[in-house]
Amino acid sequence: MSDTHAQTVAFVRETEIPEAAPPYAATGPVKWMRENLFATPANALLTVVAAYAIYLILAPTLPWILNGVWTANSLAECREILQGATGACFAVLTERWPQLLFGFKYPSELYWRPSLAFVLLFVAVAPVLFFDLPRKLLIFTGLFPFIAYYLIWGGTIFVPILALVGCLGGYAVYQRFVTGSFAAGFFGGIAAALLIWYIGGLLIPDGASENAMLTPVPSRDLGGFMLNMMLGVTCVSLSIPIGIALALGRQSSMPLIKVVCVVFIEFIRGVPLITLLFVASVMLAYFFPPDSTVDLFLRVVIMITMFSAAYIAEVIRGGLAALPKGQYEAADSLGLDYPQAMRLIILPQALKISIPGIVNVAVGLFKDTVLVSVISMFDLLGMIRGPILASTEWNGVYWELLGFASLLFFVVCYGISQYSQWLERRLATDHR
Amino acid sequence: MAEHATQMQVSDEIAITISKMNKWYGTFHVLRDIDLTVNRGERIVICGPSGSGKSTLIRCINALEEHQQGSIEVDGTLLSSDLKNIDKIRSEVGMCFQHFNLFPHLTILENCTLAPIWVRKTPKKEAEETAMHFLEKVKIPDQAMKYPGQLSGGQQQRVAIARSLCMRPRIMLFDEPTSALDPEMIKEVLDTMIELAEEGMTMLCVTHEMGFARQVANRVIFMDAGQIVEQNEPEAFFNNPQSPRTQLFLSQILGH
Ligand SMILES: Nc1ncnc2c1ncn2[C@@H]1O[C@H](COP(=O)(O)OP(=O)(O)OP(=O)(O)O)[C@@H](O)[C@H]1O
Ligand SMILES: [Mg+2]
Repeated sequence: MSDTHAQTVAFVRETEIPEAAPPYAATGPVKWMRENLFATPANALLTVVAAYAIYLILAPTLPWILNGVWTANSLAECREILQGATGACFAVLTERWPQLLFGFKYPSELYWRPSLAFVLLFVAVAPVLFFDLPRKLLIFTGLFPFIAYYLIWGGTIFVPILALVGCLGGYAVYQRFVTGSFAAGFFGGIAAALLIWYIGGLLIPDGASENAMLTPVPSRDLGGFMLNMMLGVTCVSLSIPIGIALALGRQSSMPLIKVVCVVFIEFIRGVPLITLLFVASVMLAYFFPPDSTVDLFLRVVIMITMFSAAYIAEVIRGGLAALPKGQYEAADSLGLDYPQAMRLIILPQALKISIPGIVNVAVGLFKDTVLVSVISMFDLLGMIRGPILASTEWNGVYWELLGFASLLFFVVCYGISQYSQWLERRLATDHR
Repeated sequence: MAEHATQMQVSDEIAITISKMNKWYGTFHVLRDIDLTVNRGERIVICGPSGSGKSTLIRCINALEEHQQGSIEVDGTLLSSDLKNIDKIRSEVGMCFQHFNLFPHLTILENCTLAPIWVRKTPKKEAEETAMHFLEKVKIPDQAMKYPGQLSGGQQQRVAIARSLCMRPRIMLFDEPTSALDPEMIKEVLDTMIELAEEGMTMLCVTHEMGFARQVANRVIFMDAGQIVEQNEPEAFFNNPQSPRTQLFLSQILGH
């Protein structure tokens, strides 16, 4: 039977052409290699060169890693075990593991407290990161800062409860007055919170911390990777809302607000973070009342937050500028007021555009938390440079320790970057 | 067609009064001494050469642009810089734009329910019912769960009309609603607008669709250089234009 009617003009297929397997060279690894690695002579050459480069890198490092010593009490002991063969001395990681994670002053019997806070952190951020989860979980997210504070610092439970009550009171006042005018609600809320904290502070008995259920741990005893995580999480979650406020303020039609925001952003962006941290460690104390001991952790948080908020504000400003004017006009013409238009129409779109930029700042911020080692806080890098490398046992194990620190930071930053790519795909609704 | 237009009722009640209104962009005098009274149920078509200030005029009516002199009164509310008044007027006045301006991050249904829920405080369920009612009216209820980017231009413009209608406005403003559309989509949008006119909606429409003007308008306004040069009933306006500028304009757009 022929495929076509030779005598008619129109074409009608009567028989199906049977499905056939593709020729061998067009499938499988051979095809892949031919197309991707050896497509042209130049391509083949590059492949060979790249393979050689990979070999050069792996040849010394692989044995070094695979031959690594995991249990020993000092570098000298490592060397003894290795007997001149190449091999890493990972024993420092196992032996100093708690110090790397929690610093050298955090009481070892209390390690469960920050560990628990760390686990709860995932529960708390889940509904923020994955908005398909039930919204009720956000209640826990709201409570988490107070729980985490209580777990990590311990002391009397009145402090986090008072903080929480202050926030709730402030919010209630804000809700009550915001219908009148935003400014009244905003400043009323802040005033109410401050008032509650002040009165509450007088009510908390003096010795409450000594005989508290959880032993108090002062800020200066925090350290290790825990400190980096705490700074990173706190500063990122504070600097995003502040950044949004600054970006909107910079666009504001009210000259005073606009000038304040512009000056703040430009000033902070023009100063190196290290400088701000030094200011935090020595000078900021002058700005607070003389007898108040605002602890170093809080001062550092303020500085890093201001720094990254300024950057995030600029990123978001870019997102705002990318929105067509028609979106503002459509929102206005429907009768939405300014806060509604921003919250429902403008910010969701502007923030979506800004995700890559915000993530960029967040990743940078997280890595910059190691700078606190310069102002003698013992974060992961501070621990490595200070107590560990300076000890007689482990003097000289740079590669293993710094490699480990890099790996930890890489894992977290890579995770953030993967999340942001997922988020961008998830939010892609414009179907352009 | 003329008797078609007269079927539709125009009441004596006044919807919009604009008197001695002037507007400047910087030092550029865009609108000069505009006087216009619109009765409830009137369908007014505004035409004129590009840059004559048509868009600016209707955008002043819902305060998307502010005017510097004279007064605008919509539904008895005087437009001033008082934000309360502005929001009140905006929720009474619907507006459709040349480029639709749908919210791309929300579904069609959410586009339609957003303002009723947040501005009118309508319960969500009720707002959704209203939205579906108007989406049926513009003949796209089956697209409710899609995003604006997935719709054709004509469909998007009809959604934009439905979105405005969901606020149950008493006045609708249209700024060249069909000029970004392909010819075959223009008809579906115009049909929707004609239906709206037949139901007695007060409409101000900037358009160059002269067929539409003849069919539904009860008054055509010609603007040039920021002034109202001529206004008349459609028959008289098209067949017997008075001012030379109107004659020139009509010969240009009807000539080919
Ligand atoms: N934001 C603005 N700033 C300064 N000048 C403006 C602005 N918007 C419009 N104009 C000017 O005002 C005049 C009237 O503009 P308008 O948009 O009202 O014209 P139009 O009649 O709607 O024209 P078109 O038919 O092209 O839409 C034009 O000369 C325009 O250049
Ligand atoms: Mg225009």
